[in-house]
Amino acid sequence: MRLLNLLFPERRTSAVIARERLKIVLAHERASREAPDFLPVLQKELLDVIGRYVEIRSDMIRVNLGRSGDTSLLEINVEIDGAKVTPAKNGAAGDGKAAGTARIDTGATAPWVKPR
Amino acid sequence: MAVRVMVRRRKGEVFLAGKVIVLTSGKGGVGKTTSAAAIAAGLALRGHRTVVIDFDVGLRNLDLIMGCERRVVFDFINVINGDAKLNQALIKDKRNDLLYIFPTSQTRDKDALKRDGVERVLEELKESFDYIVCDSPAGIEHGALTAMYFADSAIIVTNPEVSSVRDSDRIIGLLASKSRRAEFNLEPVAVHLLLSRYSPERVRKGEMLAVEDVKEILSIPLLGVIPESESVLKASNTGTPVVFDEESPAGRAYLDAVARFLGEQRELRFLQPERRSLFRALFGRA
Repeated sequence: MRLLNLLFPERRTSAVIARERLKIVLAHERASREAPDFLPVLQKELLDVIGRYVEIRSDMIRVNLGRSGDTSLLEINVEIDGAKVTPAKNGAAGDGKAAGTARIDTGATAPWVKPR
Repeated sequence: MAVRVMVRRRKGEVFLAGKVIVLTSGKGGVGKTTSAAAIAAGLALRGHRTVVIDFDVGLRNLDLIMGCERRVVFDFINVINGDAKLNQALIKDKRNDLLYIFPTSQTRDKDALKRDGVERVLEELKESFDYIVCDSPAGIEHGALTAMYFADSAIIVTNPEVSSVRDSDRIIGLLASKSRRAEFNLEPVAVHLLLSRYSPERVRKGEMLAVEDVKEILSIPLLGVIPESESVLKASNTGTPVVFDEESPAGRAYLDAVARFLGEQRELRFLQPERRSLFRALFGRA
């Protein structure tokens, strides 16, 4: 049997499947268990602020509290690739000083987006 | 029948408060009560004054497993409510002088476990016993939370099976956040993994999670592996903690676990499939 295992190391026994399923589900549950309560609110407020400048949807921002070695890490990922600039109205971007932003035509991609 | 506690410390002996050990799992049917009885009896066999408490109010079973069901007069809830004295409710084991059983109520519900009452009783027990073994109910409701709240150590009874491992992980999380030690920023509850109903033969065939898998997934220290064994049912049939059966692999594995709990190094045993003798193969006795 040992020899067989050596010859076919990736045998997908039900125990292997159980182990993989457990690892995935527990990674997920531990992350949500350790997440502080303020994360969803923080995510919403960030969305509001960024949304004043760039049109983003809620699924384009991800806020996570992780761990890197000994330090806690607040990780904020905002995906703005292809996002449109919010039309300058009466918001923060529309007070004249933000002319740099306002100059860009509505509908153009944001200037910091890498050309594909 | 009133039983006097005869295990009070001698005068002049250095005061050392007893340790509270909770056996918990989240999932039901994994062997918490069997393990609580075996670990408590094992600690007593090693010379420690030990009491085992049933926290499963309304579903009392420790008394049956310990074989003292006909000697129950007063229970844990009576003592919490002040209707009986501690030494009226404690039942002295007939096999070992250092072992006491503290049964719970079969008629009340779990809300009868008031936290301050439980604390008062545990503090009183700590004066007379080295170890207070708490058999937690299944689930994560009031009874289970109360049992784990006062724990100094926790033994997480887990079967090599997905739902049990997941529930154990949840319980480990609760111990880290909801125990008294967590609440008062004391040293965290010492958690230990006890893997029970282990079948080396099925692990070899790839049908069961191996001990290394469970250990890696839960990442807590391993206290012991209890092989699936016929002797466990025999022990519960007769109301004898399985450690008193010297022939039983499960009993010996529990004694190893107790030794490790007490800080000794013991090699893991019973992890290899048993060789079937020609006789057994022919006559079909497992």
